[in-house]
Amino acid sequence: MTIGRLLPATVVGLILLFLALPIMVVLVVSFSEATYLTFPPPAFGLRWYRAYFGNDDWLRPTWLSLAVAAAVVVLSTVLGTLASLGLARLPRPLRVVASGLILSPLIVPVIVVAIGIYYAFSRFGLVGTPVGLVLAHTCLAVPFVVTSVSASLAGIDPRLEQAAQSLGATPRGTFLQVTLPLIRPGVIVGALFAFITSFDELVVSLFLSGSGAITLPRRMWDDLRFAIDPTIAAVSTLTIVLTVALLGVAHFLRKHGDVR
Amino acid sequence: MSEVVQAERGPPGPLISTRVAALEVRAPKRLTPLLLAAPLLLYMLAFYALPVLAMLLRSLGETEWTFTHYAALPTDTVFLKTFWNTLYTALIVTAGTLLLGYPVALALVRTKGVTAALILVVILLPFWTSVLVRSYAWMALMGRHGLINEALVAAGLVERPLRILNTPLATQIAMIHILLPYMILPIANALRQIDPSLARAASGLGASPWHTFRQVTLPLSMPGVAAGVLLVFVLSLGFYITPAMVGGPREITLSMLIAQQVDQLNWSYAACLSAVLLVSALALIGLFYRLPGIGNAFRMSAR
Amino acid sequence: MRDGASTGHGAAVALRGLEKSYERVAAVAGVSLDIHSGEFLTLLGPSGSGKTTTLMMIAGFEMPTAGDIAIDGQSVVGMPPYKRNIGMVFQNYALFPHLTVADNIGFPLKQRGVAKAERLRLVGEALELVHLPGYGNRYPRQLSGGQQQRVALARAIVFQPRLLLMDEPLGALDKQLRENLQLEMRRLHADLGITFIYVTHDQEEALTMSDRIAVMNEGLVAQVGRPEELYDRPASRFVAGFIGESNFLPAIVRGLEGDLVVAECDGTIVRAVCPSRPASGEPVMLTTRPERMRFIDAATAPETPHNRIRVTVTEAVFAGERCRYMLRTLDGTSIVLKEPSSAAIRRRSVGEQAEIAWSVADTILV
Repeated sequence: MTIGRLLPATVVGLILLFLALPIMVVLVVSFSEATYLTFPPPAFGLRWYRAYFGNDDWLRPTWLSLAVAAAVVVLSTVLGTLASLGLARLPRPLRVVASGLILSPLIVPVIVVAIGIYYAFSRFGLVGTPVGLVLAHTCLAVPFVVTSVSASLAGIDPRLEQAAQSLGATPRGTFLQVTLPLIRPGVIVGALFAFITSFDELVVSLFLSGSGAITLPRRMWDDLRFAIDPTIAAVSTLTIVLTVALLGVAHFLRKHGDVR
Repeated sequence: MSEVVQAERGPPGPLISTRVAALEVRAPKRLTPLLLAAPLLLYMLAFYALPVLAMLLRSLGETEWTFTHYAALPTDTVFLKTFWNTLYTALIVTAGTLLLGYPVALALVRTKGVTAALILVVILLPFWTSVLVRSYAWMALMGRHGLINEALVAAGLVERPLRILNTPLATQIAMIHILLPYMILPIANALRQIDPSLARAASGLGASPWHTFRQVTLPLSMPGVAAGVLLVFVLSLGFYITPAMVGGPREITLSMLIAQQVDQLNWSYAACLSAVLLVSALALIGLFYRLPGIGNAFRMSAR
Repeated sequence: MRDGASTGHGAAVALRGLEKSYERVAAVAGVSLDIHSGEFLTLLGPSGSGKTTTLMMIAGFEMPTAGDIAIDGQSVVGMPPYKRNIGMVFQNYALFPHLTVADNIGFPLKQRGVAKAERLRLVGEALELVHLPGYGNRYPRQLSGGQQQRVALARAIVFQPRLLLMDEPLGALDKQLRENLQLEMRRLHADLGITFIYVTHDQEEALTMSDRIAVMNEGLVAQVGRPEELYDRPASRFVAGFIGESNFLPAIVRGLEGDLVVAECDGTIVRAVCPSRPASGEPVMLTTRPERMRFIDAATAPETPHNRIRVTVTEAVFAGERCRYMLRTLDGTSIVLKEPSSAAIRRRSVGEQAEIAWSVADTILV
């Protein structure tokens, strides 16, 4: 290898190390036996995992986050899929406006969304309730569902729907037997992103959690502000594993889910 | 025999891609698409758009409409300092991600097989991890007894642990790390779109690899670069979690200031600041979108 | 099925004044055509001629802006496609990727409420008909292009429609495969006895397969008739040029002789078949086919009434079955001549002066 090939490779290698290092550190620290954040850990063990699983103060927020995320998945997938189907058939000017509204949470700075929702929800007593969280998270999750389902829809050969009709399928029959099965990968990918978006969501939850609906990210945030407890490392590792697993599936589905 | 159902369908068409289905089935029922999209549109209006708008309107005063809050901004030192700090951080972070991200994007596109897959994994894994966890990871790295300090002390480069955490530098490093994939992916997409025969043609005409890169590859990758720059900059402007966790106590970002003001119930002021932040983000996007090719690169890099 | 103008298994289709305009562009500008029950009719034309749009209107996927379509005497304009009971085969096959071959073929039967056992039987029969027995469990992506096209065909006929529409179904296949499938379709047509309406831009394909051809150009039907009629008696310059290869000879009318026209072409007198009665002195265009011309010696004159002209050979190409010559007349008109490449026929060389002759009956005024 000449210097010409070695130098760029080293540079890229270092940058990739930079990318990977923090995650690896969290993983390592989570198995540390020390009571404070130190590196390298003096000994390894499952102490902090036991601390997590044995502590109701951690488990309750976990269940809440899972429940909220599940509800968000259902709500956002249903609303988002229906909307994608409608958006595809709208005349262009309407479509641009509608998709602008639906996708805007991706562009609007999240703090603005958070305090806007907080401002309105506090008037209706939705702060500190799981319902409030579900309603808010759905708005953030829906853009992912719509993007994914719309992309799937656009990939369907229009002749397939024509063919189905020529063979005697009514529009409803065409939708159920041809369109729906073909967008299924897109719907699933969208649902996975919706889950992760809600499960990991922090900024909006900071305002909406109040004291009655503490989510897992909110709990981690509080912990980090007031005490650096390596339990966080264990929780983080677990959430990393969950997120990577779900998004890994989504990634795989996106690349190979086309039934061509 | 065939069903006798009166349901009809409107003309179909794709949403985000540019493929057009030139289908027309009788007189289309224009109502159906609207009915399908209406639930979500109404939902977003009720629980997202109207709340945000209502909040923003608070910036115009409590009882009657006035622009005093906005008029006061140019002389508001706190705001100016914060806004400048936010912009400055965003600039540094954008530059940093561009410098570090471009080579990785090149590597991603130029390698094949296992190496390329490995690089992709290293990029995506942090990308898929929540911002909270990544910020925490940097706390673990940059703390007094974190990995960096321990390594420096052990190597004898410093005598006592450095103060890295809770400084502007910490914010910048952590944000660069978190936003790096948002720069790498659009650039990689744009690079992938470049016709490989162009580089071959340049080579055949006598251009060295460096010249080929500078005169063919780099210019053609610009839409991706622009998309990455835009994405990273706009996201940096709105960052809250990371600066709050690893940043210095004296340098706060605009979003942190907004959160503070909401905590103190200064709604009008907070709304005013939010409007400024929002308009800045939208203005940037509007500006960039006029550049050719950026729309595509932007779309394709969506997570 | 409804009665009316129908006999046997095939539907009779009547198009009357069919028009389709998009904004200010007329894709179909007034097509009237009668398609007989059980015939194989091809809509032939270059791209943009309106042939696919016409087919789409018959299928129900496009709404005519004017005119009527009647199938077996009943107007279908306004009837949605899924009620028309027409079979359709698309160029890119349009097989449902998420269904097996058997489920694809069974799809129309399912829409019609056919019971599962009966469905299986009919699907099996259809697969036999297109020579793909046992392929039921495969998925479309596992099949070759030709196999996919046959599945598409099976799917379109399994529910026994009286009319089958085909939109350039063989366009994506290579030459050999295309020719094989052309023969299969011909045979299928003979077996089923239903009406086939076929769209293509390939005139050879049209000539091979059709009972009748409707040549379309710029949204109108230029000529309709049997392949031989269109080939031997093209009604216009466009048809003469589009179907097969043609030579065009400019001439001036000198008079009429019965149902022939006498004209002067390149200094010689020629006679041509002429449906109309042009005036003397009028400039006209005569056309003839390259393979109907022969080199002659001054001595041997053909028996039947013929025209002859002096030429110079500008190019000579040996192309396997035939020899192809580019010739030039005295006043500069280019002529193509094709003759069989038998050893008995002397090959001409470039620059040679010669005389060619062809039958008057093969000379048409367009």
